[in-house]
Amino acid sequence: MTQNYEKLPQDAFTRIPRDTQEAEKISKPSVSFWQDAWRSLKKNKGAIISLILFGLILIMSFVGPMISPYEPNDQTITHANLPPKVPVIENFGIMDGVGTLGGREVDMYELKNVDQNYWFGTDGLGRDMFSRVWKGTQVSLFIAFVAAAIDMLIGVIYGGISGYFGGRVDDVMQRIVEILTGIPNLVVVILFILIMDPGILAIIIALTITGWTGMSRVVRGQVLKYKSQEFVLAARTLGASDTRIIWKHLMPNVLGVIIINTMFTIPGAIFFEAFLSFIGLGLQAPDASLGTLINDGYKLIQYQPHILLFPAVVLSLIMIAFNLIGDGLRDALDPKMKD
Amino acid sequence: MARYIGKRLIYMFITLALIATFTFFLMKILPGSPIASADKLSPEQRAVVEARYGLDQPLPVQYFDYMFGLLQGDLGISINQFKGADVTDVILSRMGPSAQIGFQGMLLGTVLGILFGMVAALRQNTWVDYGSTIVAIIGISIPSFVFASMLQYWLGLKWDLFPVALWKDGFMSSVLPSIALAMFPLATAARFIRTEMIEVLGSDYITLAKAKGASGSEIAFKHAFRNALIPLITVLGPMAVSILTGSLVVEQIFAIPGIGEQFVKSIMVSDFSIIMGTTIFFSVFLIVVILIVDILYGVIDPRIRLSGGKS
Repeated sequence: MTQNYEKLPQDAFTRIPRDTQEAEKISKPSVSFWQDAWRSLKKNKGAIISLILFGLILIMSFVGPMISPYEPNDQTITHANLPPKVPVIENFGIMDGVGTLGGREVDMYELKNVDQNYWFGTDGLGRDMFSRVWKGTQVSLFIAFVAAAIDMLIGVIYGGISGYFGGRVDDVMQRIVEILTGIPNLVVVILFILIMDPGILAIIIALTITGWTGMSRVVRGQVLKYKSQEFVLAARTLGASDTRIIWKHLMPNVLGVIIINTMFTIPGAIFFEAFLSFIGLGLQAPDASLGTLINDGYKLIQYQPHILLFPAVVLSLIMIAFNLIGDGLRDALDPKMKD
Repeated sequence: MARYIGKRLIYMFITLALIATFTFFLMKILPGSPIASADKLSPEQRAVVEARYGLDQPLPVQYFDYMFGLLQGDLGISINQFKGADVTDVILSRMGPSAQIGFQGMLLGTVLGILFGMVAALRQNTWVDYGSTIVAIIGISIPSFVFASMLQYWLGLKWDLFPVALWKDGFMSSVLPSIALAMFPLATAARFIRTEMIEVLGSDYITLAKAKGASGSEIAFKHAFRNALIPLITVLGPMAVSILTGSLVVEQIFAIPGIGEQFVKSIMVSDFSIIMGTTIFFSVFLIVVILIVDILYGVIDPRIRLSGGKS
């Protein structure tokens, strides 16, 4: 090989002098933490499908009651207990308005002389299940989001103060949290529901009264970890105020954990709301949430399984979607998992 | 270690005292008189009834009476649901079915969950793994009452395999409720064991075991499984919570005469002393379980050193 050097045309090569500037140049555009997180989240099929699914459910919870020709609380007694019937799908033998009556399969719509279609059927009072289910979804999601937001707010402030100031403040604040977390969540929620008038507000307060402790612990842990690091020390040396250090330097680092934690708080809140409604401590009629709808449906499970089916499916889908999104976000945002 | 346990015990008592105090005053400020049809009674009759339940005493006296009673395991007297019965007796008499389905559910869930998790970890990224992950996600996501009503509808009503409800056929009656309660522990254990196993399988001592020629099953069971199993103790606490929460609805759905069903009923008829008693009973149960779990963890795994402060 070496002998053939002379045969190479010398003018085909030019010398490229190394530029000292070149070494400083970054070849790839720098990827911010969030762009990187979004990239790894996009690779997670389950999380993306869940995100789309949840988006659809969220849209339907607002659009659903509107596109249905019936109001969620309108009662049409003559149309009671109709099975679901959807125009096109009915030809495939499902959702065709056929129900069992006295052990025989009959087209309930023909029997009761109903011309309209109820996509999800009707309940025992002749209320349209389609608009009720989506209205209920809206209520359930509202409760869950507000509860999660309050949890987040209190948790972040409490945990942030406790972690950042440390010392005696931290000691006292942590003892309080330790005792609070010792009280079983279930017990607190039920007791609070008992003393307050049942309703959306009562459920939200009951859910948040001890719900924030989890968040405060996580935030405190993160703040403790970061506040002793060099970049915070540097900021302080340069004369940054406490507020600036907290918002500009600590918050961006803690944000990932806050988001992950919130993503797991929301399904928890949805579950508890449904749970409370199921044991009769939730919303009162005629208001409906997914939990009360499931409770109503459960009572008629033997004869009208469709009343239970739709809210149960929507509730389960929301729960699955949130758990998968939460998992995906944790993988994408948690720096520990990246090693 | 002794110091840690002592500290935890002190916290436990503070927490319990707080819960008891909180429930006591909560029940006092609740609207309505605990005595049924109180307004129909003449003042004399009323005084007799109040004296019978100690309601004529000033509030602090009632409070201390109650707290002293608690220390002796006396939870007071049921006021309207089981006229005059001891709350402690009511709860104890209903413990059997609850304990049975709770224990069976826990056992079934953890054993199946460990199995699922192990298989998933050993056959990582195959359909076995994906299948078990899907089961785990569904188990964590679907609320126990939805799952319980599905079981009741399909296995009980449609296929007639098990009794639909009630507590009449001994073990057979307990099958469906136990399965319903098992879902959460199953899913939690499966996820947990899978992650742990994968981590352990990648560690140096597994490579060493392979290098010295240990067989696949020997590595899986003797080396990986045992180490993956230990951290599972940490999730026993949340599992116990889920079983208890689940029992409230599952017992309701299957009409099982247990504590959960009792509790829901007492809320409906607002029998305050039963609500208080059950609340305290639940709290004691959960707090003790979590304490035992924490202590066990330190005893079983010497690598974990329990220290006073939390990291």
